[in-house]
Amino acid sequence: MRLLTHNMLSSNIKGVTNGFPLQIEAVKVVEKQVDFNPDFLKNMFSKVDWTALAAASKALGYADLPEAAGADMLDSDDFLRRFHHALLQLHLEEGALVCPETGRRFPVSKGIPNMLLHEDEV
Amino acid sequence: MPSKIAQIRLVSSHPEVYEPCDDSFALVDALLADQTNLLMHNPKLCMEVGCGSGYVITSLALVLRQGACGAYYIATDINPHAVRVTSETLEAHGVHAELITTDIASGLEERLAGLVDVMVVNPPYVPTPEEEVGRDGIASAWAGGENGRCVIDKILPVADKLLSDRGWLYMVTLTANNPSEICLQMRDKGYASRIVVQRSTEEENLHVIKFWRDCDDNHDILQANEVGAVNKTGPARIFESLLSQFPGLLFGRNNSSST
Repeated sequence: MRLLTHNMLSSNIKGVTNGFPLQIEAVKVVEKQVDFNPDFLKNMFSKVDWTALAAASKALGYADLPEAAGADMLDSDDFLRRFHHALLQLHLEEGALVCPETGRRFPVSKGIPNMLLHEDEV
Repeated sequence: MPSKIAQIRLVSSHPEVYEPCDDSFALVDALLADQTNLLMHNPKLCMEVGCGSGYVITSLALVLRQGACGAYYIATDINPHAVRVTSETLEAHGVHAELITTDIASGLEERLAGLVDVMVVNPPYVPTPEEEVGRDGIASAWAGGENGRCVIDKILPVADKLLSDRGWLYMVTLTANNPSEICLQMRDKGYASRIVVQRSTEEENLHVIKFWRDCDDNHDILQANEVGAVNKTGPARIFESLLSQFPGLLFGRNNSSST
């Protein structure tokens, strides 16, 4: 699971109002080469919750993102490379996503999060 | 030259996962038939709901790869076996999609709202008793409840929420699903539609329908209301085009029972 996907996921348990971002418990992290595409990054920047991305990136062991970011930084190649690495190249392979409100753990196995709910959570 | 669509021999399988069949082929044929438009559309984010074997999302990624779109792909399935098989199929073709085991798009609806440029769905459309819907394993790939609409009717509002302003939806339907009614419902939400592929097999009559937000026609409706025009603009025109697409379906087949 890439961190862009993490950035798009919230806890889906019935009644939860504050389900984003899911906290990350990282057991295994892998890095995969992805083509650098500045246009895609610039397009996605406005859709990404930066605070959540920076925290998730840190949880995966990559602390080279600034705490806050503005659109003016998209002119910097160095910034884009870091953004690219955090957003697309880091994969959470094994671990869990944890609902910030209830502490419910959603397992991530072989890079695939399982968001299926139990009957009493729907 | 790399293959344009997924190759059957590279599609992974599992006893509990639906294998590519006529409906999957019809959906991929629709993507191929619309390839020029898709490449020009240049989608940033593509999604499949109910990815099964991964044949369709892999084909979509291969179809779009020729345009170097650099799109992001997300695929979901309620069946954990299916999601794993999809990951193997994607890998065998050298493409990537982000996979999530979930019911339709549960967990994505909030943050992914308005971001999906292309959505593809081959829903469980087979008319079955209601109690067969939502069972574990391979039954989730086909059991569609009354008129096969149970899951389709849950997917459509989610699609409407997730699709971007320029979002397109490609969906497989069966005659028994009453596709003309689906198109009319989607028209009420502001979508135009057309049949991209129509196919009759021994067992079923399949349509792959493409839906898109029809901003121009909304504009027409507004204008028509403003000037009090009685000409056939906006809704009347779309309605006529729907009728012409489904000859004999709209009023003739509503009450037909499954055979």
